[in-house]
Amino acid sequence: MTKPLPQPGGGRFVRLAETARPALHLLIDGAPASALEGDTLLVALLMHGRRVRSSEFGDGTRAGFCLMGACQDCWVWDETGRRLRACSTAVTEGMAVRTTPPASLWPVTPEVAARERGEVPR
Amino acid sequence: MTPRRVVVVGAGPAGVRAAQALVEAGVRPVVIDEGRRDGGQIYRRQPEGFTRTHAMLYGSEAAKAQALHSDFDALRAQIDYRSETLAWNVTPGQLHTLHAPSGETATLDFDALVVCAGATDRLMPVPGWNRAGCYSLGAAQIALKAQACAIGSRVVFMGSGPLLYLVAAQYVKAGARVEAVLDTSSAVPTPAALRGLLNRPRLLLRGLALKASLRLAGVTLLNAVVPLRIEGTADAGVSSVVIRDSAGAERRFGCDAVGMGWHLRAETQLADLARCEFDFEPLSRQWLPRIDDCGRSSTAGVYLAGDGARILGADGAEAAGRLAALAALHDMKHERGRAMFAAEHAGLRRTLATMNGFREGLAQAFPWPHAHAAALPNDAVVCRCEAVTAGELRRSVRELGSQELNRAKAFSRVGMGRCQGRYCGHAAAEIVAATASIPVEKIGRLRSQAPVKPLMMSAQEHD
Repeated sequence: MTKPLPQPGGGRFVRLAETARPALHLLIDGAPASALEGDTLLVALLMHGRRVRSSEFGDGTRAGFCLMGACQDCWVWDETGRRLRACSTAVTEGMAVRTTPPASLWPVTPEVAARERGEVPR
Repeated sequence: MTPRRVVVVGAGPAGVRAAQALVEAGVRPVVIDEGRRDGGQIYRRQPEGFTRTHAMLYGSEAAKAQALHSDFDALRAQIDYRSETLAWNVTPGQLHTLHAPSGETATLDFDALVVCAGATDRLMPVPGWNRAGCYSLGAAQIALKAQACAIGSRVVFMGSGPLLYLVAAQYVKAGARVEAVLDTSSAVPTPAALRGLLNRPRLLLRGLALKASLRLAGVTLLNAVVPLRIEGTADAGVSSVVIRDSAGAERRFGCDAVGMGWHLRAETQLADLARCEFDFEPLSRQWLPRIDDCGRSSTAGVYLAGDGARILGADGAEAAGRLAALAALHDMKHERGRAMFAAEHAGLRRTLATMNGFREGLAQAFPWPHAHAAALPNDAVVCRCEAVTAGELRRSVRELGSQELNRAKAFSRVGMGRCQGRYCGHAAAEIVAATASIPVEKIGRLRSQAPVKPLMMSAQEHD
């Protein structure tokens, strides 16, 4: 059995092969990040962290589920507020993504805000 | 002769073989593919720039994958191939599509529509499955095949069906750490299941070899387990899986990712929107579109093939795709197509009958654990999209009188979220049926709605 290849740290996914591809650069929530040519946005996000987004229904972080464009659990947004499905969007050089929706699309209701503060037990 | 307008949806094994048959008959079909490249899910092609060989990616099925890919490449000039395109609605004689990257829509008139929409994993909710780090088995395989990644550094696979063992073995081979493979079905198939599986003895042996390779690699394999919960925190995601083993003992497996699935469910939304009749199949406990032995649906001009019609697997999909396309040509009175149909249909139908016998064996060897679904605790999330619990669903039955699945969906929103019931629908049906004390086939079938996947509000159709 081969040993898993080195990680950038803190990622959920583990690269097992195909690491000789050229690097790409992107911004995740404003922070610089790197990916490899051919990576999906979902892979780029999960090489740098353990979540893709947070559930709008207050039950925690989400990291995608089906990876085949069926479950819609990996929605992120570009800087203009356009929605991207991370599992089926390829990373391009200079891409900038947000893992929280623009406030105009999904206003945080008082109920959700309270739940996120842990005030209303589910 | 007027040109025949034939549209094929899907470019997996069924769609590619359907397109190939049409081209051989002299028809130029439109092929709609949601993927970026052909191959479907089973023979999904890795992006350009990846270097793993077919043998590394597809193992024992490498030659079939290679043949499908190269045959499709050879067809490209003779078909109108539209990748990254969603077929989001069917109206009489028309298919409505959206090219995802550009947002461009199209309305395609057809004389015949061959739907090869494939399948997704069939999921049973387990308390905690909404946590980050839980994936479908298909997702675990796509991460590896298409991106050369494992879904975590310590992975538990749970569920039932051939994919459970295949994905686990592929992970081990690729160097990922697999903590356990937890199967809800029993280790020894019933005589009836075995009779079905013996329709394809080589495939049966390959399955047994996969299990043996996992044992050899030191992976814990358990059968007849009851999934109890997936533990972890809302922020960090999953940290362990807890099951009850066949001896009745609770066991915990630490992990940072879970791949789960109970065999497959057919993607039937387009067939539903085309007003095809459906029948409940007691063996697999799912509703399937009615087809004849050549793939004709109950709607004239609409043909169904591949896992979206019957879960026969890739080999069956190749035969079914070709046969459905030939049946379409035959019905359109296409001269060369009629000759091809006459020459081939008996052989293709025999192949499909063998595949179907094996399918019935699989359904019995790896049964959908419907009683587990029906008995989910009230606080278990059933709908991952909107975090709706089993208790809320039961309340819609008990207090609001929703004894029909679409009514329960309207009251509880289970099945109404962004996945449109793909991942909660089968479990929700079991819960509603058990709560109402009505057989599952009598509580109705979740109706499909267009668009079959969410579209941007800005998408507009032009005439």
